[in-house]
Amino acid sequence: MIAFLIKRLFHALLVMFVISVIAFAIQDNLGDPIQQMVGQSVPESEREALREELGLNDPFAVQYLRFAANAVQFDFGYSYVFNEPTTDVILRHLPATLELVAASTFLIIALSIPIGVYSAIKPRAWLSRFFMGVSIIGISIPVFLTAIVLIQLFAIGVSWSPFPADTGWGAWLNDLLTTDGGMPAYGRGDPVPVFGTWETNFASLEGLTYLVLPAISLASIMLPLFIRLIRAEMLEVLQSDYVKFARAKGISPRRIYFLHALKNTMLPVITVGGVQIGTLVAYTILTETVFQWPGMGLMFLDAIERSDIPLIVTYLMIVGLIFVITNTLVDLIYGLVNPTVKLTGKPA
Amino acid sequence: MSLLEVNNLDVRFALRRGDVQALRDVCFSLDRGERLGIVGESGAGKSVAAFTLLNLIAKPGYIAGGSIRFDGQELIGMRDRALRKIRGHRISMIFQDPMMTLNPVLTIGEQMVECLKAHRRISSRDARAISLRKLEQVQIPSPSARLDQYPHELSGGMRQRVIIAIALLLDPDIIIADEPTTALDVTIQAEIMALLLELCEEHNVGLILITHDLGVVSQVTQRMLVMYAGRVIEQGPTREIINDPQHPYTQGLINALPQMATPGSRLNQIPGSMPSLDNLPSGCAFHPRCGFVTRADGSTRQACHDQVPGFVTSGNCQAACHMVAEMIERERIPAEEQD
Amino acid sequence: MTTTTSPTATRWERLRDSYLLYSFKRDLIAQVSLLVFIVLVAAAVLAPWLAPMNPYDLAQIDILASELPPFWIDGSDPAYVMGTDSQGRDLLSTILYGARVSLIIGFGAVAMQAALGVCFGLLAGYLGGRVDAFLMRLADIQLSFSTLMVAIVVGALFKAIFGGATYSAYAVPLLVLIIGLAEWPQYARTVRASVLAEKGKEYVDAARVMGLSSRRIMFRHILPNTLSPIFVISTVQVANAIISEAALSFLGLGMPETQPSLGSLIKSGFDYIQSGSWWITLIPGLVLVILVLVINLLGDWLRDVLNPRLYKG
Repeated sequence: MIAFLIKRLFHALLVMFVISVIAFAIQDNLGDPIQQMVGQSVPESEREALREELGLNDPFAVQYLRFAANAVQFDFGYSYVFNEPTTDVILRHLPATLELVAASTFLIIALSIPIGVYSAIKPRAWLSRFFMGVSIIGISIPVFLTAIVLIQLFAIGVSWSPFPADTGWGAWLNDLLTTDGGMPAYGRGDPVPVFGTWETNFASLEGLTYLVLPAISLASIMLPLFIRLIRAEMLEVLQSDYVKFARAKGISPRRIYFLHALKNTMLPVITVGGVQIGTLVAYTILTETVFQWPGMGLMFLDAIERSDIPLIVTYLMIVGLIFVITNTLVDLIYGLVNPTVKLTGKPA
Repeated sequence: MSLLEVNNLDVRFALRRGDVQALRDVCFSLDRGERLGIVGESGAGKSVAAFTLLNLIAKPGYIAGGSIRFDGQELIGMRDRALRKIRGHRISMIFQDPMMTLNPVLTIGEQMVECLKAHRRISSRDARAISLRKLEQVQIPSPSARLDQYPHELSGGMRQRVIIAIALLLDPDIIIADEPTTALDVTIQAEIMALLLELCEEHNVGLILITHDLGVVSQVTQRMLVMYAGRVIEQGPTREIINDPQHPYTQGLINALPQMATPGSRLNQIPGSMPSLDNLPSGCAFHPRCGFVTRADGSTRQACHDQVPGFVTSGNCQAACHMVAEMIERERIPAEEQD
Repeated sequence: MTTTTSPTATRWERLRDSYLLYSFKRDLIAQVSLLVFIVLVAAAVLAPWLAPMNPYDLAQIDILASELPPFWIDGSDPAYVMGTDSQGRDLLSTILYGARVSLIIGFGAVAMQAALGVCFGLLAGYLGGRVDAFLMRLADIQLSFSTLMVAIVVGALFKAIFGGATYSAYAVPLLVLIIGLAEWPQYARTVRASVLAEKGKEYVDAARVMGLSSRRIMFRHILPNTLSPIFVISTVQVANAIISEAALSFLGLGMPETQPSLGSLIKSGFDYIQSGSWWITLIPGLVLVILVLVINLLGDWLRDVLNPRLYKG
């Protein structure tokens, strides 16, 4: 167990090292703190002196070490735009993004497992075909488009009456094509403060309504992938000898499906899927833009727009850290679930 | 009446280009405590036959006709719920590859206890006790520790012992063993086979042993079937078939055994290979490989090309071969003429 | 599968007798998908001749005719079948030109990824050792970051380095480069897996014994055997690349509004959705979805038919 943890930790540190070198290279080449500090009017000689004083003329490696030493203490300097430590800016936006990701993850897990399992057990049923059809359409729709369509349908509303309204069925069909709108689709509303800068949308019904459309949009990108992944793995497991043997033992189908097969299905799903959940953070950039959700993604895009290099660099480091943590957790969970991994670092 | 009677079994696989018949007209029976060997090359339909007995063939395979009567009940068309009471309880199976047969994420104990609980109202503690006793019977070292181990912690030979223990858990009437030793190390094969034989004799369990190993069949079974391209082509008491095979294919199989070859010379092979099931030759499926299609006098036996041979009885054995039929006919006519 | 064809059979005869064509004839979804795909590609390629007006030509744009709805809604102008966008450009023409840009970037980016990925994959699989470890670790890191994230970061960097104006001017080659850099690991992993499987086979040993150079063995002997997985991945990757381009454009890191792709059209329309002009966003959106969907359906069909070893996980 300890050897496994050390190995994972080493790997995580290596990845963080690579990320920090990239982040520092960006800061070193694109950010000019002098410009930011003193403005245009200061003569070149004074700038040079300041540069020397701040150590900006030191070799790359020396500067990197200084950067890394600060980074370990979560000190990435000041944001050009907000004029406060970048970590404070990030911390203010982090809860909104994490809550969005959490809500989407919940949707993905709650829907993909039953649907994936069902369509593997009954591959020819019309409902399975329907799910598979919907999921391939789902994969083909970009997140931001899903978000826009949801806004049009449930926030703005649609009234479409192509059928004759004077007949009963026509009115009924028209009703079906008409949505009321009115769902909140802009920002977070009034989240309830928990502590510090952490405010939550989960604490009130009103807060939750703000979360609905963004969370569905964000989930829509991964849900079809998960359904297809779970179905494919489950189909494969159902062909295996141990499932046949379980049937030959006279075990009930329910136990075979939900214990023998599902447990084995979930092993690859944890590795592939766990990492995908981490990448949801990347997709928040798109969802947050559409819904003006005040999270890190929106902040990051804003920082790019305004060339706020320290904030960009901090965002990269923090998101990198989030990815590394999820990956490590996923590996750890996999090791705990799969008995053939003895957590010694090597599969037995 | 026998414990198990299989008649005219017809199993097909519905493939995109049409049905492929995997078993044709397969008939055999098994008495209580009897041991039957089913022999043939891979692809002859031995394993399909084994899986069909418990209706475990996977789609696209399906049973197109025939009957399987077990202890007076018809198994074909039986509802799954009723069939489940027989699977693992009265007829159990041993699979070919012990590395793949046990579920990797469940402990040995879980996999044994669930089998008992599926068939009996029994407490977990009692189920564990029975499981432990069965593990002792299959001579696994430190059996009580094994219950909480996962399959990957056991060697292949030990896993096959566990699988035999699971097959014996509910004292079945019949065990179907599909090549139970092929995937094991040669050194362990004999051990496992001896154990299986001993346990079957001790508990009076019938055994259907599917194998391509004629040596094992001759040591373990009392009767045997030879299968070729989805058909039974010869059946009878094991000793008689091994000593005096009638069908040219059986003769070829026995001649191909290494101990039949003269030292220093090449092994005797049957020329050609078994046809694929979706493209069987006309008449006798074996005729393209058979050395007896042409008679001793040089004339061709046309029936081999045109007609599917039926069974003819010779002594205690039955063989499906035109040549054998002709020989029996020839022996009978002179005998009648003498009268 | 293939019926008996003589070795001298022409390519056409081999195709005609192949399982690929056989299963295509029996798969209605694949046929419809291919038809729709061909129609869309043809329409995009022929845009300069098909489109009623040239959206790049400022002289043809009538700002007074902005935000006109499509023909089935009251207030439409018969001159603009699909309506107009916020700048008064004919939406149908803009979509045709936009689809052209999206397809160029999609195919270009996949060519880029494939070139990078195949080379790295061959190197990693064939050379093994440290090269392999380094490249695959790099691929792991990149994939664990999600290719979209990588593309956004690289795009943002390019924009910061070159400045907004230059970035817009060279948007097409830059996007090809960005998406190529972001998505090569898919290819590399699959090619590497195939190479490792092929490497153990006898014909490679035979080629080595004959004294052929590594490069020749890789490109002439191993690569042809990895083509079927590459082919399957490529279809899916074209779909992904088109979506990635749309996403980048939607974030303002892609095609400028003066030379819109489907993604930047959706973005430009999004600002007007609250005012009721949904068609500027949703009609290009629908075209994008149909384009990506048919490519994905074709990819699914190919995967079922060719059934290659794909890198899992």
